[in-house]
Amino acid sequence: MSDAAKLSDAARRAVELALAAGAEHAEAYCQDEREAEIRVYDRAVESLTEAGEAGVGIRVFKSEGRCGYAFGTTFGDDGLRTLAARAVEIAEYSDPDEFGGLPGECAAADAGELVSPGFADWTTERKVELAIAVDDAARTADSRVSQVEQSIYADSRGFVALANSEGFCGAYESSGAYAYSSAFAGEGDALMTGLGLGIGRGPDELDADAIGGEAAARAAALVGARRIAGRRAPVLLDAFTAASFMGIVAGALSGEAVLRGRSPFVGREQEEIASPVLAIADDGLIAGGPASAPFDGEGVPQSRASLIGDGRVRNLLYDARTAREAGAASTGNGRRGSYRGRPSPAATNIVIDAGTATLDELIAQAGDGLYVTQVVGLHSGVNPVSGVFSVGASGIEIKDGKLAGPVREATIASDLISMLSAVRAVGAERRWVPFGGSVLAAPLLIGEMTIAGD
Amino acid sequence: MSSPLIDPDVAERVIARALARGGDFAEVYAERRHGLSVSLDDGRIEGASDGAEEGVGIRLVVGDATYFGHVDSLEEPRLAEIADSIAQASRGQALKPQTLAAAAQVNPQTVRRAPEDVSLADKVDVVRACDDAARATGGEITQVSAGYAENRRTVTIYNSDGLATGDDRIRVRLAVQAVARRDGRIENGTETHGGHAGFELLEDDPRRIAESAARKALTALDAVPAPAGKMPVVVGNGFGGVLLHEAVGHGLESDAVQKDASVYAGRIGERLAPGFVNAFDDGRLPGAWGTDGIDDEGMPTQKVPILRNGVLESFLYDRLRAARDEAVSTGNGRRESFRHLPVPRMTNTYFAPGDAQVADLIEAAGNGLYAVSFGGGQVEPATGDFVFGVSEGYLIENGRVTKPVTGATLTGNGLAVLQVIEAIAGDLKIATGYCGKAGQRVPAGVGQPHVLLREITVGGTGG
Repeated sequence: MSDAAKLSDAARRAVELALAAGAEHAEAYCQDEREAEIRVYDRAVESLTEAGEAGVGIRVFKSEGRCGYAFGTTFGDDGLRTLAARAVEIAEYSDPDEFGGLPGECAAADAGELVSPGFADWTTERKVELAIAVDDAARTADSRVSQVEQSIYADSRGFVALANSEGFCGAYESSGAYAYSSAFAGEGDALMTGLGLGIGRGPDELDADAIGGEAAARAAALVGARRIAGRRAPVLLDAFTAASFMGIVAGALSGEAVLRGRSPFVGREQEEIASPVLAIADDGLIAGGPASAPFDGEGVPQSRASLIGDGRVRNLLYDARTAREAGAASTGNGRRGSYRGRPSPAATNIVIDAGTATLDELIAQAGDGLYVTQVVGLHSGVNPVSGVFSVGASGIEIKDGKLAGPVREATIASDLISMLSAVRAVGAERRWVPFGGSVLAAPLLIGEMTIAGD
Repeated sequence: MSSPLIDPDVAERVIARALARGGDFAEVYAERRHGLSVSLDDGRIEGASDGAEEGVGIRLVVGDATYFGHVDSLEEPRLAEIADSIAQASRGQALKPQTLAAAAQVNPQTVRRAPEDVSLADKVDVVRACDDAARATGGEITQVSAGYAENRRTVTIYNSDGLATGDDRIRVRLAVQAVARRDGRIENGTETHGGHAGFELLEDDPRRIAESAARKALTALDAVPAPAGKMPVVVGNGFGGVLLHEAVGHGLESDAVQKDASVYAGRIGERLAPGFVNAFDDGRLPGAWGTDGIDDEGMPTQKVPILRNGVLESFLYDRLRAARDEAVSTGNGRRESFRHLPVPRMTNTYFAPGDAQVADLIEAAGNGLYAVSFGGGQVEPATGDFVFGVSEGYLIENGRVTKPVTGATLTGNGLAVLQVIEAIAGDLKIATGYCGKAGQRVPAGVGQPHVLLREITVGGTGG
């Protein structure tokens, strides 16, 4: 029997046991994956981890939509029986939920090939060579690089199986790999850091020279960074920082955040909240998307939905529960971090539609402003409810439409809706960035933001 | 304490297998985790979540390289597989490990009411009470979410040096978020309360946690945009300590120091702050959120002086980095779970109390910002540059606290900020944070008394 079939069997068995324990409806989510991580320092292996992780989460519903959840790392009948009983017991203490329950529309969509064809050909030794090559490239690509803090290669490959008492049972296999390097350039108090990264379905898609070279280039570009005077000015976000912000925007567009009044988009569904040049979608099936899969964490087919377009909110992200509350259909966004968590609405792959401008054109269009290549403090500096943010930034000053000197310790401040409304242009060149979820990101030129400096 | 998760003879055999082809050190870290959380949102108990996991992480150190594997099992055959697999990485002579005794627990924490002895109904009641209390605070409170979480981590650690030890860690935490709305404006407030303790932590009125969250949200409705520019700042006690954690603490972690990725490298013995400034990383602070009996390598936790009379005194070490500096671990080798390698991490990090009064700090600030609480923070250890989002802040005008402000951040540099500490009050408080590093999230206590900073850059959207 294949691994996928074994895992599906375990999921079906868990559902049976939950029903036997007194659940009215039940669902089991099983995960079994292998992962490798190699950390390299000074061109040598600092640590090498090879491990497996497997677990199951059982979600049950009793009368009136009362929900209980239990998870564990055991797949034997006794273990599953204990988990099922615990989930049922817990459900007794939940409040009734008129919108609670399993999705009615489970199926598997065609997400294409989710496993890199060459994945199995990569021995640990080859992965180590790749990680060292990334480190080496970061150290040698630019003479101003003084140190490389760490270069990391990591991959995972595994199965997900989901079964529920409404008759759905599905499984899929997927793989992913990424590598990144963190380089320092300059010396002493003037040390600046740069991150280079690559991401794909497997190590074949990672280019060590490009990843290490990017880390070196990003650090070197900031050597000699100074503080600048505060002002209101155009801000050009590079793909990394644009991705981080769009991840937060997508979070604020979750059906849950909006239904519960915890989003700056509440009550603004009909208003113009964004520049017409900006289009953002959630695409759970896109080729190459790290979060692409045939179905979400509760068995609803993943799909593509426009989130922001023509200046307005087009769709919100729904799982089955929030969709019922909103009187809508699930968008296949019932996501789980792992078997440890219940599904809740969140983005799959966030896709920014490509614009037409090259980076140089965006810089010229900015005129005088700041090209931001790093933001810090996003998780603390953004208020997800009001949308107000103020985050630390470094990058390169733009003067007369050209890149001028590097800048550190600036702060950029605005609120999410003002920022979306002020997008003046979108870059043509896109890349996958694993910040703020998984984002197919492009540079964004924001017409005006408050920059605090000296 | 509960009996060891793995018997010493099993650990001895597994360690011997890991060292079969050589190596300097091998370790077996076994853990049983049990967690329960109860969440309420939109006035409704959404259901609890209960999780039980157990497993072992096996580590082999050969020179500067570490080989690591983990498995979701405590069974010897599975451990032997992992040990054999990581042993492949080594190429030397087998090292004979020390004989192991039974693991015994050290530095046990006092837990008066074990959460597992409290009924789920009582836990549900705590969360419901928070919802009621927050909503009773004002009609403009439109949404409340509250979460109770408990977890227990039983660990047993053996290593090739003959170490056999264990710990039993129980933590409880309550978190409340309230949303207030007036006209089109929405604001939120959060409050948390937690510790290395049992359910007794919530016996004295959990409602005040909820009321505090609600008050913050209501206050924020009146907030004006934060000013931008350089100004004096009074940082609040408790979660204000995230400043020390981020701007100084991370730079003292020995992994960053040894890679020259810290501005504090080579500065032991240097005066970095005024003479009245003392700071500690204290993994033994009774009942505190970041406290453990031993660290995740089996080293008893300590009260480590990091700044004494303004002078940098110690870095924070795990076993591996201590060996490289010919030092001794300071009990800071922490890991999220058996699935992670230990790295040098803070436990409870705080500025020691001074003798100033809070009111005097505000008055001395004159015109500036009172940063009561942060939403979190981030630092670049290599440069010491940091940024903190101020989740609750007020203007200080003419030596008095006046209007609440929104959207404020503090940016600066760790070394620079230590030098502008003007005064420290006596009201030390430890708050419950989660610290992320190397992909691992561990509970970390952050704390301080009120602190006055002479001048720091405030970022905001106001003038």
